[in-house]
Amino acid sequence: MPDFAPVIGLEVHVQLNTATKMFCACPNRFGDPPNTNVCPVCLGLPGALPVPNAAAIEAAVKAALYLNCSVSSFSKFDRKNYFYPDLPKAYQISQYDLPIGTRGSLEIEVSGTTRRIGITRIHLEEDAGKLVHAPGASLVDLNRAGTPLLEIVSAPEIFSPEEAYAYLSSLRLLMLYLGISNCNMEEGSLRCDANISLRPAGSSTLGTKVEIKNLNSFKGVQKALAFEIKRQSSLLATGTPIVQETRLYDAATDKTLSMRSKEEAHDYRYFPDPDLVPMTFSPEYLARLRDNLPETPQHRAQRFVSAFGLSQYDATVLTSDPALASYFEDTIAAGASPKLAANWIANNLLSALHQTSTSIGACKIRPPQLAALINLVETGTLSSTSAKTVVFPAVFEKGIDPNAVVAEMGLAQVSDTTQIDQWVVDAIRANPDVLDSLRKGKVKAVAKLVGSVMQMSRGKANAALVSQRIAAILKDMHGIEISG
Amino acid sequence: METVREWLNALRTGECSARDAVTTALERIRTVDPQLQAVIAIDPERALAQADTIDRQRAGGEDPGPLAGLPIGIKDVICEKDVECTCASQILKGYRPPYDATVITMLRRAGAIPVARLNMDEFAMGSSTDHSAFAITRNPWDTNRIPGGSSGGSAAAVAARMLPCALGSDTGGSIRQPAALCGVTGLKPTYGRVSRYGLVAYASSLDQIGPLALTVEDIALLLPHLAGHDPHDATSANLPVPNYPAALFQDLRGVRLGVPKEYFIAGLDPAVETAVRSALHLFARNGADCVEISLPHTEYAIATYYIIATAEASSNLARYDGIHYGWRAPESTTLDEVYSHTRRRGFGEEVIRRIILGTYVLSSGYYDAYYLKALKVRTLIRQDFTRAFDTVDAIVTPTSPTPAFALGEKLNDPLQMYLSDIFTVSVNLAGIPGLSVPCGFSPDGLPIGLQILAKPFDEMMLLRVGHAWQQLTDFHLRRPPVCATSFSRPTTHA
Amino acid sequence: MITPETVAYLARLARIELNETDLARFVPPLQEILAYVAKLNELDTSQVEPTAHVLPLTNVSRSDDPLPSLSNAAALQSAPCTDEGCFLVPPVIE
Ligand SMILES: [Zn+2]
Repeated sequence: MPDFAPVIGLEVHVQLNTATKMFCACPNRFGDPPNTNVCPVCLGLPGALPVPNAAAIEAAVKAALYLNCSVSSFSKFDRKNYFYPDLPKAYQISQYDLPIGTRGSLEIEVSGTTRRIGITRIHLEEDAGKLVHAPGASLVDLNRAGTPLLEIVSAPEIFSPEEAYAYLSSLRLLMLYLGISNCNMEEGSLRCDANISLRPAGSSTLGTKVEIKNLNSFKGVQKALAFEIKRQSSLLATGTPIVQETRLYDAATDKTLSMRSKEEAHDYRYFPDPDLVPMTFSPEYLARLRDNLPETPQHRAQRFVSAFGLSQYDATVLTSDPALASYFEDTIAAGASPKLAANWIANNLLSALHQTSTSIGACKIRPPQLAALINLVETGTLSSTSAKTVVFPAVFEKGIDPNAVVAEMGLAQVSDTTQIDQWVVDAIRANPDVLDSLRKGKVKAVAKLVGSVMQMSRGKANAALVSQRIAAILKDMHGIEISG
Repeated sequence: METVREWLNALRTGECSARDAVTTALERIRTVDPQLQAVIAIDPERALAQADTIDRQRAGGEDPGPLAGLPIGIKDVICEKDVECTCASQILKGYRPPYDATVITMLRRAGAIPVARLNMDEFAMGSSTDHSAFAITRNPWDTNRIPGGSSGGSAAAVAARMLPCALGSDTGGSIRQPAALCGVTGLKPTYGRVSRYGLVAYASSLDQIGPLALTVEDIALLLPHLAGHDPHDATSANLPVPNYPAALFQDLRGVRLGVPKEYFIAGLDPAVETAVRSALHLFARNGADCVEISLPHTEYAIATYYIIATAEASSNLARYDGIHYGWRAPESTTLDEVYSHTRRRGFGEEVIRRIILGTYVLSSGYYDAYYLKALKVRTLIRQDFTRAFDTVDAIVTPTSPTPAFALGEKLNDPLQMYLSDIFTVSVNLAGIPGLSVPCGFSPDGLPIGLQILAKPFDEMMLLRVGHAWQQLTDFHLRRPPVCATSFSRPTTHA
Repeated sequence: MITPETVAYLARLARIELNETDLARFVPPLQEILAYVAKLNELDTSQVEPTAHVLPLTNVSRSDDPLPSLSNAAALQSAPCTDEGCFLVPPVIE
């Protein structure tokens, strides 16, 4: 069986998180009762006219620049004509021959290798409404109709399902960094269609393209593509030609299914929308936007490594979400040591967020509180154990000042040498067998003394200081050396 | 009370209340409209309620606005909140817009009272008003003839003195041509001068709302309440609105009038040519400087227009699909039937013809040859006017090559009907303003219109020339045989 | 010259049901009109920019500030068929 190599292109739709829709002042909001965020414009009523949302245009230009696209000085809106019940004007306002951005790229990393994937075009358009299928009828809800949508089309330069996954993750992260979309696949604010064709390995001619729709998660994209590669390879191996078609992904079975419905010829009859005037972007405007673009995730991670001495791994974890990265930087700004802050965030905070399904934005423990907690441990006021098991959970749950928790619960660590020495002496007296064991070279017996001191101090003794004082007292009073 | 000026005077002096005004207009409609069928619908209760509000305001010492109490007719293509708007089409039966067009908001704010929805060619596609799904409007000068179109209801209602004024819309001559054929005055403003928000689109890059009335003075009184920037219309011009009535105080001296030689062609009715030529003499005698000019691409205007207008229309009218509003063909059980039956039976044949033509010129493989080509020729037509206005202040032409034709005459010959727009469509393609004023009568007693054109946003020049013309002539004051004020005196209750 | 088949295809694109009788009536005037508009080919427009808009306007937009929407009742007031606050259509087969 000859080897076939896939060629994949992805078409991603990103809903912009503007306050209003693309061409009207209706709220751009998810989850309201049907047909309540609608007006004459987004209902497509006769006589109503679209007026574009300046914020959506700016978001699109920023996205184009962030994805290294060239943004032409002149762009316009076109009408794409087709009939569908969720498209009330029977045309979608989109962009045809002069999209906002062209010829961009984005970097992906798959198993340690970095590749640049081309972006063919990025354009602005309006979303359609939603169809709900009921028995014997379909219901049309136009709340979503007119939502600003960014269509980002990759070049056919993705060569494996894993690369497709990496492309989507990377694109999503960039959009989150720009802050122009919530990129929530469940709510449909990020949607993806894939094109895939196979060709004999080493060949440069493209095979027959199959489009896959209904991809509702990144994993789904990866699985659907893997299925298609298998399906098409076995067809090609037996000399069966691939049919150019649109297939639907079924998440329940991880298979793609032919749509089978009679495919009607499409002729969208694009033409410039006469209701909308062209957009022009001056070099000054573009320079201003470019200068104010946020740092890319890669740059930020690099900076975390070089400026804060984090490991590459921690830096990547912390920059995987712009809100998390900012949280980290705010924690440092509030006085925490970078490495400790990275540990606390990457381990304790993330797992607590995960367990409680809380987003970083909704997290009650704010950076100054986390910084205060870290400092309590670092200065020895609070034991690391108390910090992790008692204070952090309380602060995480209630969003209160860690100092207050420590004071209220009497958790302040005892670092007073006189007190600790007294506890050590008492512990040695209470455990005479330990001295015998130590004299026989059983160094591990020290643990019993530590445990005893901790018990007496109800966990408040500074553990490091306890170990230090035990060693000193054993040496000075009993002539036993336990460490070199 | 016939002209807007007369109605407003009576209203201002208290000789006539707003309620009297509405009652009078409704009475006149009841008297003569059965012979003309210019009116699609009236809503007396609504109009009287607005009139009563105005009368109360006036009684309470409030200023109810400069047009307070003035009845106005609205072409059935402009949206009024909760008032059925059909565009004279079966497909929009039952459609009640939940919003007001910007011009309606502005007129109401000025105190004008919309009293009637006026007939038109379906979706403003036609030059005769016999392409209405509901009624054939007749010309008040000869009820066996068409009133012109598509704003035929507006022109006929004003000509027959049912209403002092009306709104029309003009995509290729739809205000000016019926104004000419009914012997009234009609203005198509510069594209972008009047908001299109709430005007049901036929061809978005050409459509413009404008007023029809008996005199240029009336047009000058109405225009300030229609013109201006509208943030709801991205193609609306953000330019100050001049003091239009001031144009009425200027005469013709020193005005340079261009007469395009391409407009005096074979097919021009001799009576029309005679009337326009004598108008030119009168202009010259009164201080205007008449010069021959050339608009060399005139002969390509109709072809250009019908490609662009139908292309835009095919897209604009795609939304009428029986799903979101209006009429749905009964017994359509599948989605496909809802679409294709509703659209086959809901649209008249002229509309279907234009949708198919427009679909063709945009379709894959034909776009460049037809649509793009037409957009380029549109540039040439615009340049003709730009050049002409380098040397003249206004251009004077016939509005229509012939007086009103007989009912049904061109119904089965679409191309002949299209060709009758020859003098009006270039104006929409160029986006410039155009005014039609009565300038004579044919031997059969049919009105003839004179078209005056000016630079973009120079409506002042049109009003100046038009008003000066009406100071020298009385064609605009002659009453047609079917005329409300000929058989009944206005009912006024002091 | 435009054929009945093309007109049938265009009518399908425009979702207008035309039967044979309709086609027979619609085709000849369309042929006549298209023959007429072909006169544009007399002009050399290779050096001419197209005019999509007559006004020299660019960058007309609005600020991203929400305004009240219509009520559900107003949104549906002219719909031929509704249910559960939605527009009702025959089943859409996917
Ligand atoms: Zn809206």
